[in-house]
Amino acid sequence: MDHRSPLDARHPGPLDPFTAPATASFTDYVAATAPHLLPGRATAAQAAAHSAAGLDVPHGTTIVALVCADGVIIAGDRRATSGNVIAQRDIEKVFVTDSYSAVGIAGSAGIALEMVRLFTVDLEHYEKIEGVPLSLDGKANKLAGMVRQNLGAAMQGFVVVPLFVGYDTDAADASKAGRIVTYDPTGGRYDEWLGYHSVGSGSVFAKSSMKKLHDPTNDLARTIRTAVEALYDAADDDTATGGPDTVRRIYPIVVSITAEGAVRRSEEEIAAVVDQVIAGRTEKPGG
Amino acid sequence: MTMPFYSSVDQLLRDRSELARKGIARGRSVVVLTYAGGVLFVAENHSTALHKVSEIYDRIGFAAVGRYNEFENLRTGGIRAADVRGYSYDRRDVTGRWLANVYAQTLGSIFIDQQKPFEVEVCVAEVGETAEADQLYRITYDGSITDEPKFVVMGGQTEPISAKLGETFEPGQELADVIAVAVGGLQAGGAPGNGAATEERILGVSALEVAVLERGRPRRSFRRITGAALRELLPAANRGADDAEPEVGGDDAPAASGAEPEA
Repeated sequence: MDHRSPLDARHPGPLDPFTAPATASFTDYVAATAPHLLPGRATAAQAAAHSAAGLDVPHGTTIVALVCADGVIIAGDRRATSGNVIAQRDIEKVFVTDSYSAVGIAGSAGIALEMVRLFTVDLEHYEKIEGVPLSLDGKANKLAGMVRQNLGAAMQGFVVVPLFVGYDTDAADASKAGRIVTYDPTGGRYDEWLGYHSVGSGSVFAKSSMKKLHDPTNDLARTIRTAVEALYDAADDDTATGGPDTVRRIYPIVVSITAEGAVRRSEEEIAAVVDQVIAGRTEKPGG
Repeated sequence: MTMPFYSSVDQLLRDRSELARKGIARGRSVVVLTYAGGVLFVAENHSTALHKVSEIYDRIGFAAVGRYNEFENLRTGGIRAADVRGYSYDRRDVTGRWLANVYAQTLGSIFIDQQKPFEVEVCVAEVGETAEADQLYRITYDGSITDEPKFVVMGGQTEPISAKLGETFEPGQELADVIAVAVGGLQAGGAPGNGAATEERILGVSALEVAVLERGRPRRSFRRITGAALRELLPAANRGADDAEPEVGGDDAPAASGAEPEA
């Protein structure tokens, strides 16, 4: 494998490939100097000859995002499936990507996780080089570019659909600072102004649930409850979405982003919310 | 074909060293010290935008003196090298020792191969899990690398500053105490170009660039301390001090000013 180390003898100075005055984008930089590290590209070329149909890879399922009065939250179930098999019970599909943004992923898990890792490094890289973070729309567009790069693999069946949420620290109106951005497999970027969205196999049921329950003026605690209810509804009707597992203590992952920054909510807090939801459903299974 | 003038390698390197040393000595100073909670960087810097101290990676910080364009080049190069390494292996595999070596190799080959050496001096600091694991590396214009146990002084009048810090510095101090030590050290050096301090200088918030690598912070340990937060941590005498007229930040002397005859 052609792996270029910083001490490569082909360059007179070890930092030469790193010091050319160029982009603040980590992805562009890696694409120019070490393209084999980027996700999706090798997959697209190798997959071109074959269909993905015979290749059972894990798929991530349902992610929900909701705007609230203080900002925005994003939550995901913990199941990955491969055909009719549960590939993993406790996969993590929601990630804090920097101080004011987070991404949830649905679709081909391996490629999606790699994409989020690259996206996270890219945001931090820009911030370190430039001394200021990217704007919220800059981050959203950057992710759109990464999804577009994956189009070749998506055509072969390795589709990745991220859901991006962020808190716009430059927003004039603080109540509108929480934002949700969705993507299609071609890299199309869409702002969700209605205050809720969901991606993945259980998204139809989760959206119906949120349509009835969600109010963007609710406070954070109430919105977290709505997110857990929506994931419960998705798991109720979609086999690929995992419900809360009280036996193994596996609960949805919830990240909130407010003016104070992005926080992954503690397991104890989510366990308490899940207990309330289950108690409610025990009374009335339809919620 | 014309014959180039012969000059001995010895003479050539000595001239380059002199040029680099003089260029660095005309700048303002930076001190890097360890304290109980991690590593402290204090730079005398009047610019709020052109930094001398910055973040490289989760546990690694960077401080430099000399020519801004040259050390900025090293800084961005270091960030790229660290991010590529962390992305292709793991974040834990990016270490201060590795980065200090990369810088030493780079500066060493520039010193030998290029017409003009970099007029910079760099400090790579890494905060460890425990105070014993904290590391400070000093890399000079010719690629020399040293591992300093307590503190690093770089830039203009390093001797009076080192002497002062030698008296006042103790390992394991609290943040406010170690900031007082660092600022006291910087004040012991005179204004650039004046040799040792002839008159008492008081450095206020606007003349200082302060940052820490905090051991207790998860993942990214680098944090700048500015404005009101910095004022509270400064010794009482420095809190009120501010430039009557803001001084120019950035480069203190033109490129290769070490080549000019001494006035």
